[in-house]
Amino acid sequence: MLNILAQPPTDAIPTPDVAWSGLMPLLILSGGAVLLLTIVSLAKDFIPRWFTPIYTVLIGIATGVAAIPLWLRVTDTPSAADPNNGPFATLDSSFGVDGFSVFFTMLFAAVVVLVALLANDYLRREDIDGPEFYVLMMLSASGGIVMASANDLIVMFLGLEILSIAVYVMAAMHSRRIESQEAGMKYFVLGALSSAVFLYGIALTYGATGSTNLVEIREFLSNVILLNDALLLAGFALLLVGFGFKVAAVPFHSWTPDVYQGAPTPVVGFMASAVKAAAFAGMLRVFWLTFGSYRTDWQPVIYGLAIATLLVGSFVAIVQTDVKRMLAYSSISHAGYLLVGVQAATNEGTATVLFYLAAYAFMVIGSFTVITLATGPGDAKTSLTDIAGLARTRPVLGIALTVFLLGQAGVPFTSGFFAKFYVISAAADANSYGLAIVAMLAAVVAAFLYLRIMMAIWLDGDEVADPTELAAAKAGIPVPWGAAVVLVVTVGFTLVFGLWPEPMIEMARDAVPALAIG
Amino acid sequence: MSEFLRSYLTVAIFGATGCLLVGAFVGLSALVRPTRPQAQKYLTYESGVDPVGTGWSQSNIRYYVFALLFVMFDVEAVFIFPWATRLEAYGYFGLVEMAIFIFILALGLFYAWRKGVLRWV
Amino acid sequence: MEHLLWVIPAFPLVGFLTLMVAGRRMGEPMAGWFATSMVGGAFAATAAVFFGLLGRDTGERVYEFTLFEWLPSGEFSVSFGFLGDPLSIAMALFITGISTLIHLYAIGYMHGDPNFSKFFLYLNMFVFSMLMLVMGDNMLLTFLGWEGVGACSYFLISFWFGDEANASAGKKAFVTNRVGDFGFMLAMFLVFFTVGSLNYSDMFLSVMSPDGIAESTATAIVVLLFVGAAGKSAQFPLYLWLPDAMAGPTPVSALIHAATMVTSGVYLLTRMNPVIAESANWAPDMIAWIGLFTALFAATIAVAQNDIKKVLAYSTVSQLGFMFVAVGSGLYVAAIFHMITHAFFKALLFLGAGSVIHGMDDDQDMRHYGALSKAMPITAATFIVGWLAISGVPPFSGFWSKDEVLLAAYENNFVLWLLLLLAAIMTAFYMSRLVFMTFFGEARWSDGHDAEAVDGEIAAAEDADDDATVEAAAEAPSREYHPHESPWQMWVPLVALAGLAAVGGVLNLPFSHDTKLLEKWLEPILFGNEVHITASTGTKWLLAIFAIVGGVVGIGLAAAAYLRKRIDTKAIEAPILAQGWMYDKAVTDFMGGPGRRMFDAATWFDANIIDGAVKGTARITTTVGSRLRLAQTGLVRTYALGVVVGTVILVTYFVARMSF
Repeated sequence: MLNILAQPPTDAIPTPDVAWSGLMPLLILSGGAVLLLTIVSLAKDFIPRWFTPIYTVLIGIATGVAAIPLWLRVTDTPSAADPNNGPFATLDSSFGVDGFSVFFTMLFAAVVVLVALLANDYLRREDIDGPEFYVLMMLSASGGIVMASANDLIVMFLGLEILSIAVYVMAAMHSRRIESQEAGMKYFVLGALSSAVFLYGIALTYGATGSTNLVEIREFLSNVILLNDALLLAGFALLLVGFGFKVAAVPFHSWTPDVYQGAPTPVVGFMASAVKAAAFAGMLRVFWLTFGSYRTDWQPVIYGLAIATLLVGSFVAIVQTDVKRMLAYSSISHAGYLLVGVQAATNEGTATVLFYLAAYAFMVIGSFTVITLATGPGDAKTSLTDIAGLARTRPVLGIALTVFLLGQAGVPFTSGFFAKFYVISAAADANSYGLAIVAMLAAVVAAFLYLRIMMAIWLDGDEVADPTELAAAKAGIPVPWGAAVVLVVTVGFTLVFGLWPEPMIEMARDAVPALAIG
Repeated sequence: MSEFLRSYLTVAIFGATGCLLVGAFVGLSALVRPTRPQAQKYLTYESGVDPVGTGWSQSNIRYYVFALLFVMFDVEAVFIFPWATRLEAYGYFGLVEMAIFIFILALGLFYAWRKGVLRWV
Repeated sequence: MEHLLWVIPAFPLVGFLTLMVAGRRMGEPMAGWFATSMVGGAFAATAAVFFGLLGRDTGERVYEFTLFEWLPSGEFSVSFGFLGDPLSIAMALFITGISTLIHLYAIGYMHGDPNFSKFFLYLNMFVFSMLMLVMGDNMLLTFLGWEGVGACSYFLISFWFGDEANASAGKKAFVTNRVGDFGFMLAMFLVFFTVGSLNYSDMFLSVMSPDGIAESTATAIVVLLFVGAAGKSAQFPLYLWLPDAMAGPTPVSALIHAATMVTSGVYLLTRMNPVIAESANWAPDMIAWIGLFTALFAATIAVAQNDIKKVLAYSTVSQLGFMFVAVGSGLYVAAIFHMITHAFFKALLFLGAGSVIHGMDDDQDMRHYGALSKAMPITAATFIVGWLAISGVPPFSGFWSKDEVLLAAYENNFVLWLLLLLAAIMTAFYMSRLVFMTFFGEARWSDGHDAEAVDGEIAAAEDADDDATVEAAAEAPSREYHPHESPWQMWVPLVALAGLAAVGGVLNLPFSHDTKLLEKWLEPILFGNEVHITASTGTKWLLAIFAIVGGVVGIGLAAAAYLRKRIDTKAIEAPILAQGWMYDKAVTDFMGGPGRRMFDAATWFDANIIDGAVKGTARITTTVGSRLRLAQTGLVRTYALGVVVGTVILVTYFVARMSF
């Protein structure tokens, strides 16, 4: 066989160049996952329980660190000294490395670290065995990186599937809880449906433009005037369905409450932060960056989706009685705000979406950390009455949850305020005044939801006011160290960038995507 | 109608012809055959053995794991055959790529083995 | 050096945050020492900035440091920046200096309080807010600090919230300040809409340009700002809350309700002097006359109070009136000068009163005092310094600053001066009354016991330690006190403040231009808006002599009445004065009577019309939510149908847009 290889090929198929440096974070994360699986397969009985979470945290940190030199490189302008600076692409222009993709890489790395810290305590409490959770999470996050970096629709689809399939399994991870199984099942069936639709959208786009590569598609769309663009527009619609499903936009949102309620709480934290972020990354890359010249066609659709999402998310949330369902609807309404930013279809709009995603990721992981700790074994006690008086029985959790709820409600001095503020002002700058007004009204309605939870944790729950019981409750359940770290980081992030949003928004502005050829 | 859609017309005609043919033969046989209903004739055919229980019975969960593992290598074969025919054209790059691919699949099998799913208890 | 600017407020902020996290664990007295050192650090940083400014030429004495753009969005951009100019640094210097001393004092005063660390947490928070107020480079930041000090003030007034009176005093302060804050906010909006910036330097540049601002607008801004200032600085008719605020711990009264927060109104008006200069003449006149009225009015009330802290509270209101007279007369330097000396001697007096109260087992009624100078020599000596300063006896600091204010009044209007002189005489009188009743005369703190026993107790009390007091407190029913000197943490600040109150006058001696240090220092921020004194040197001397004579007359009258018993004190302490001219009662009655009905009507409107609308909206919201929830069946096939329907809608829309 080596002889065959040694012969100069007569009709060699050109193999793409690989810029390994650009792939480094992705390779660390996915390689780390594969390596972990190998290690635990080989030495299942010798590995202590603390090893896997620590390993995952380290891999997450390594991914983030590996992204830093890339960030410095891609956000710099090319100069005589460093002609390689600036965005670039590799693997035959199918994998783009720009500020946008590196920003998301760092975000996913942070999410992996935080969720791993949280999951350690959770898995131990629920007695869910094994390192599969961590492996799947890392793989899923690497899928997210692929989506955020994809310069090709097929690569985008691969990323989407790597991301999704792992999350389906994670949702069903708590195999002793029927709700968890149900969540995994529903998410899988509906996710498969949306993936199929998405793939069909890719096919139609390919049919209309003759390429799956985003750079080529953009070139084609800006140079060629299509006499019949039905195929292309149908492709838009189907691609949008795929993304809309993943971000939980109305009317593709119906899985969200059931899955959020049933899935293990740390997984929900991961879904709400990473999956949503990845889907928005893909949406911005495909629609804003690639189909930018057709924005008059897709902008109204996103406008409509945003309004529907904002309204349904805010209104249905307030009649819920289960905290996890409430936060599910709240995540739907957040998707609405993000769509507001996408709809603006400007550089500033994109930057605001990135800021929002980062702010939201930390707030939502923090929220679900508190929910994980507050709802007790088996994720059973998630109704509003179950967490009533939380601030009195466990003040640390109560205060932290209050911060996150205030942040999600968009109260000043939290990062959530600036997230909403920027998104809405981006919409106003793009002359989408109607949408901006709906977004502000929805914020008022949604504030009711967050206030309701806050009222419950601060004012209700008099039945546990008995001092001895209170003391017992305080002493009985300490906050585990991993979750404590998560809470400190997320609260800190929410407050620091609530007071001083500038570094974050500047970073988001630097991370506006670019399509490079390479 | 565009040229693109016109090419699908063939498919439509082909499909319609197929349906027509099947309908014609089934209808013809229904016309000419004798009709003598018996209870045994309505039983599900199960390799000559009398059927037990309903059709919606549970299968052993282990079948699924084996089926999954089978699909895994089935799909692997789908990729390996075309690759093998053009190995010289891909060169070392292709060799390394396939090695990684097989490694990851093998890792899955390895994991399944260590997990104990290959044993039929 | 610019970078040191943000370090100044950072110190108390760090203190606040640390105490919030670890305050309980630090406990007593660590938390107190920590808080004190943080404020001390802020003082050191301020001093460094001060010397940095001093090293520069007069025209360039300004540091600006923008930490970050706070709300970077289109037109409306507010930076989170600090302004270090002569005014703000002078303010910061005495705020941090006095705060350090009062923090130190509070370690002793709050000894044994169950919420010891929480008290220092609030104090640090207060210092931070106050520094933001004076150092913010724009009105919004000042307003933030303004609200912050207000909030800390309410917390601290009702610090011992177990007591109903304290809680309601906190509420009163809150409501009264709302009125003032409303004025500030309106002024801020007006500035933003006419000038387009809230940044002080931009604002002043634009205001002072030839076609800067219309006179009517400037007047409106000034009046609104004065409403804000009157609320915070307890001017008539919004002074009501300050006497009640004495319910808080005494260090709080000294720090917030005498030295710093209540002077922020004066600071604000001084800061905005270019706008005042553009306003119609009646606006500053109004400020001056309201200041005068407040000064006189509060002085008359102070004469008849028996609670030692109430006397000082009304005295503070009166002295703030003096400062407003100076501001209204255009002599900002005199106002700031009096503010600083007042901070020294009034903080001293409050802390001294606190020491007395501490020694008298929390009794605040002066009728139970007397002859305490023997039992508390240090407190008495320092208190006497403060008394001489506030009475305007040369060479103590109060004389110099009050003289400047009187000169300002004289420049403005002869009647203004005459009435203000009367207020000064009354100041000397009521303060002397306080001193004589507390430290001299016969001891009244053991009524029911014979004189020998009292003497014996004094002798015993002189070397009594804390344990004796605790025992005395245990058998409280018999009015048997053992007045004692306070611990060193309490008297060291007293001595320091006494020194400052004695020599504070050197800041601005009127002998020649060179000795007017404060005036030269503040020159750059006044943009030439300071009124020039036209009175001749002879007139000035005459005025000074009048002021001295007035002070001496006041002290003499008090001595005659309270030491020699030549005058019937009943006549002076008229009930109507003791009740503050019934103003408080009138307001309360109005609120209970006709006002009450008005509020009831408003409540009805609110409950039935506004709430109806709100509740209706809420009901509609809930109904809509419930209807939409029905779509959430839990069945995958329904969900899938939803996805498919959505897909069909999107495809239909897009295909409908296609071009042929």
